[in-house]
Amino acid sequence: MDIPRYWRLKNQRYHLEGSVCQNCGHQSFPSRPLCPQCKSKDLKSVRFNGKGIVYSYTILYQTSERYEGYVPYVVALIDLEDGPRITAQLTDVDLNQVKIGMPVEMVIRKYFEEGETGPIVYGYKFRPVFSKQDLTEPPIK
Amino acid sequence: MQSVMKSVLPVGIVGYGAYIPRYRIKATEIANLWRGEQAGNQLPVKQKSVPGPDEDTITMSIEAAQNALKRAEIDPRLIRAVWIGSESHPYAVKPSGTVVAQALGITPATTGGDFEFACKAGTEAMQAAFGIVGSGMAGYALAIGMDTAQGRPGDALEYTAAAGGAAFIMGPAENALAVLEGSFSYVTDTPDFFRRNYQKYPEHGNRFTGDPAYFHHIRSAATTIMEQLYLKPEDFSHVVFHQPNKKFPVKIARELGFSEAQYSTGLLSTEIGNTYAGSSILGLTAILDGAKAGDRILLVSFGSGAGSDAFCFKLTERITDVRDKTLKTADYVQRSAFVNYSMYARLRAKIRKS
Repeated sequence: MDIPRYWRLKNQRYHLEGSVCQNCGHQSFPSRPLCPQCKSKDLKSVRFNGKGIVYSYTILYQTSERYEGYVPYVVALIDLEDGPRITAQLTDVDLNQVKIGMPVEMVIRKYFEEGETGPIVYGYKFRPVFSKQDLTEPPIK
Repeated sequence: MQSVMKSVLPVGIVGYGAYIPRYRIKATEIANLWRGEQAGNQLPVKQKSVPGPDEDTITMSIEAAQNALKRAEIDPRLIRAVWIGSESHPYAVKPSGTVVAQALGITPATTGGDFEFACKAGTEAMQAAFGIVGSGMAGYALAIGMDTAQGRPGDALEYTAAAGGAAFIMGPAENALAVLEGSFSYVTDTPDFFRRNYQKYPEHGNRFTGDPAYFHHIRSAATTIMEQLYLKPEDFSHVVFHQPNKKFPVKIARELGFSEAQYSTGLLSTEIGNTYAGSSILGLTAILDGAKAGDRILLVSFGSGAGSDAFCFKLTERITDVRDKTLKTADYVQRSAFVNYSMYARLRAKIRKS
């Protein structure tokens, strides 16, 4: 079991907490102790707002046992409205509905259960923006 | 002496939010599998909601509570209780409220506990939340009723056991969108429906769940609260009861003297099924989405075991200011992706792999 790690990552996973370099402004997700751009150690935690658009995506058919329940599922590169490009699973979406440029928003969902007896791990995923209903196709940027 | 419950300080609902998953299964799809040529016989609902593969009481509670926070317009750290009523808490030991409070930014100065009382676990949490705010111990309290209910394959409950629920933030009456005029709870030892330890599906007493259980408890709670508050059915703009199907809430509404115009807005079971701890309170959110200042609402839940909680609310001007701040219950009801029984069996973990 990886309990200390799940506990340590809760702000990252529940609040999309990353870091921003106080020297050059570079944003990172997950947060980093050292700026990858200017090597400054002066970084501050920041919570991104969870809105973004799909930069690109792939469909997974073979995966580890933990994620078997979701197969086939989509993992996307998402350009955050107020932050960097991140990787996340898409949820509440049909495979033929996913498009590059699709606006998405963060939701908190279950990642996996660690076996029959271990902890249940939750965190961010993204779904098509649910502004009113998703009866209508989301606008393509 | 059966007297109505009132808090020391005036209290009310300052924020509310709903959540229903996007998946649905039609009752006819279930009936076709189990009933053969009798599939066309009367079914309790048209369709029911089904949780996605990554949804449970915790994730759905988070979204409903986020909606409630948007309407409450308060700093989440002012909330001193996170109480979730459900019969489908993901953990047997570890409160769902711990994850929800962390995800909402309420931690750490809060209480957090799980409530369990079959389909009235949510209103049980609401009673307690009104109490802690009404006593002055807490400024605000969050009460949630949420479920991913399971019905045994082929059982009558499989047609209705659904997923969804609602969240309410209780606070001082001066900030409320709905002021609590009084509440009343009525509980007896009536084993109409229960689930023993380590059992996946509940047992129920078939028709016994009707007269001695559902109807007796709702009737007793509803008539007592109305008598004690000197109110009659015509004094209410809307009424909402626990809705395990369509027939039961309509029958009790008519018996108590309410009209279709009063009970129809909060009656969602035909579209989403029975969301257990979320059932009557999701109906309340649908009413709040459309009601106006001055409207009076009667909410009466029912939980097997058995008991009912009755609440009388009067709406304030604030309802029109905040209801559009987030998604409405109808948005979630209308969002629907239909699945067949195979996908339903997969989503509800009814397929044994080992």
